Amino acid sequence: MNEPKIIGFLCNWCSYRGADTAGMARMKYPPNVKIIRVPCSGRISPELVLRTFREGADGVMVLGCHIGDCHYSTGNHRTAKRMPVLKKLLEYTGIDSDRLYINWVSAAEGEKFSTVIKEFTEKISALPPFMETMK
Amino acid sequence: MSAVNKPEERVGVYICHCGSNIAGTVDVAEVSQWAGKELAQNGVVVARDYKFMCSSLGQELIEKDIRELGLTRVVVASCSPHLHEPTFRNACARAGLNPYLFEMANIREQVSWVTTDKVEATKKAKALVAAAVGRVVHQKPLESLFVPIDPNVLIVGGGITGIQAALEIANSGQHVYLVEREPSIGGHMAQFDKTFPTLDCSACILTPKMFDAGNHKNITLLTWSEVEKVEGYIGNFTVTIRKRARYVDTSLCTGCGVCSEKCPKKVVDSVFEAGLGYRKAVYTPFPQAVPKYPVIDRQNCTFFLKGTCKACEKFCPTGAIKFDQTDEIVTVKVGNIILATGFDLFDARKIPNYGYGRLANVFTSLEFERMTNAAGPTSGRVVMRDGVTQPKSVAIIHCVGSRDKHYHNYCSAICCMQSLKFAHLVKEKTGGEVFQCYIDMRTPAKTYDEFYQRLIHEGVNFVRGKVAEITDAARNPGEEGKLIVQVEDTLIGKQRRIPVDMVVLSAGLEARHDAKEVAQKFGISCSADDWFIERHPKLDPVATMTDGVFIAGACQGPKDIPTSVAQGAAAAARVLSIIGQGEIEIEAATAVVDDVTCVGCKECIASCPYQAIEYLEERGKAHVIEALCKGCGTCVGTCLPKSISLKHFTDDQLVSEMIGAMQVMKSFEMAEVA
Repeated sequence: MNEPKIIGFLCNWCSYRGADTAGMARMKYPPNVKIIRVPCSGRISPELVLRTFREGADGVMVLGCHIGDCHYSTGNHRTAKRMPVLKKLLEYTGIDSDRLYINWVSAAEGEKFSTVIKEFTEKISALPPFMETMK
Repeated sequence: MSAVNKPEERVGVYICHCGSNIAGTVDVAEVSQWAGKELAQNGVVVARDYKFMCSSLGQELIEKDIRELGLTRVVVASCSPHLHEPTFRNACARAGLNPYLFEMANIREQVSWVTTDKVEATKKAKALVAAAVGRVVHQKPLESLFVPIDPNVLIVGGGITGIQAALEIANSGQHVYLVEREPSIGGHMAQFDKTFPTLDCSACILTPKMFDAGNHKNITLLTWSEVEKVEGYIGNFTVTIRKRARYVDTSLCTGCGVCSEKCPKKVVDSVFEAGLGYRKAVYTPFPQAVPKYPVIDRQNCTFFLKGTCKACEKFCPTGAIKFDQTDEIVTVKVGNIILATGFDLFDARKIPNYGYGRLANVFTSLEFERMTNAAGPTSGRVVMRDGVTQPKSVAIIHCVGSRDKHYHNYCSAICCMQSLKFAHLVKEKTGGEVFQCYIDMRTPAKTYDEFYQRLIHEGVNFVRGKVAEITDAARNPGEEGKLIVQVEDTLIGKQRRIPVDMVVLSAGLEARHDAKEVAQKFGISCSADDWFIERHPKLDPVATMTDGVFIAGACQGPKDIPTSVAQGAAAAARVLSIIGQGEIEIEAATAVVDDVTCVGCKECIASCPYQAIEYLEERGKAHVIEALCKGCGTCVGTCLPKSISLKHFTDDQLVSEMIGAMQVMKSFEMAEVA
């Protein structure tokens, strides 16, 4: 597959600002990830991720504040517990759990942001299109 | 989450060129034409591109279209919403459209600035515009909640920045709680002898301000105290402060100093005197301390260690010594908070080749400040570690721990000027030779470079090069008993060994060792170097992403005194402007429970970081207390029957946004296959 379709759910305070920081520093990265802003990574329900796969996304990224840095103090604790369970559920249903990516990116980490986008895009590019694996 | 139906709305789409910032990479005309045609079925009735959407003309364009074309939704594709979302929301509001019916697509930070290929950039911009259009038609008008502002202010840190901010606010008639960790306010500035470039005495300009702060009717000083807990939000913070036991009753103490005089225990003062001098176990850090009351240092007091002594108690003329005093917990209510917690000095021991701590006559900048201070441990005499010998030659090393990839990459901003000041003081007090070893001379502020020029004429030797090593191992005649500075002088292109009697390390500034902990307590962020992060590096330098929490001075990054004072005053002005409004708009995007489907499982209550959800026993349902909800949506992610939704971030809105982007990506894929 050459051009994977990826949706990134980013928390407003750390990761979305990390993306802004990468932009301000003009760090280049592949255009595949389309970002959706949520207040906190804790807002991202498992259904939202599953719905995104159902729509044909080849990969989904969930980026939040580092543990301890959450703008809402403990919202991302839920993400840290919830997303690994969702990964197991994906595996159980026959979806490669590598298609769901979870990481923490702070507002200062523009470089880390562009790196994770590059790495995840490359990783997903190496996989067959998600919809084909579902046939 | 069923399929999303499309409501009938009239959407206006505006693509910003941002000069060439966006238009240089994204074909903005193409995106706007495409949106007008392809997104018409999604409700787009007008799509335009314009040079600067944020300009008054750009905003008027939107307002005119809302009025004349009857737009019910607006999408602007431009920069990050962190920059201009409020701008466009206000434009919508002016034209009578609820501001929550506006959505932004970030095609600058996320597209034009980070994508090289113009075709790909244009495609991505289209996907983001489609996503925003998909979302905006599902957005609902929201009414903002307003809460009153508590006019009291908390300032953390009693250095020059905190004092300045406190005085500005107190003079305006509002009340300030000024919390300081040390026994006295004054901060680092109280330790300095002279200030650059004017060479006026630091204490002479600081102590009147300290006195004013200590005696102001609108300032409550809480020294020897630390903030333990912060709860609430802008306008309504509840702050818990631990006032450590001083073991001195301040209502009786007159500050006469007899206790310190009689105390038999001498302790090396590693804080105020930077380890060069001594203090007693009961002490005030310096004579002009504010407040004047001493503290008993429990760790070193003979009575606390051995159970006997009480000399201070015996001699105190007013009976103010109270060994049974305990820490006091104070709770204050404030509407705004200013953090002015300052900096730590880089620990020069971390660079072993500079020999600090091993070679006796290597001093740090702070030690030198205390040494040259007339009120300091050597009464202002510049002497070597033996306390008597005056050095005949001194080397001053710049950038110790700064501009060094092994320690801190950043420039500490003050060291060049500080080192020039040291050179002047050495010349003035000893007449000896001075060598300045610097990487680059940075003197950018007003009258700073003039000071540098003056030092050149005073006969200071300038050696441009990063010092490799400071050693006492003599190799050449004339080096015996000296410290040898090994440095490449890049101006003459030669390695040099400079023998001197004394070395001063101009140590860099670094974030407070507990800056991260403090940031977490106040809900703000730190940079990679642990400096507090401002809301915007240029346009909002003293605010943070947490409303009601401001930062000023060196806690935000290395700064000299004038800049710190300016920031203290700036933060005070920001706080006063909020207090002046009387009430403030708080998050309208709160969570709401659907009473019909809620099963009363209480999972949401456990997930809420703010205890903003209560359980209504009689109805067996959860209920969100709007004023406490901050709108994180963690409860939404947790709720199994999908009974809680977060306004402005509903499933419908987020799913439609996702579908908007996905459909465009899929259509491009199909086009390629075809």
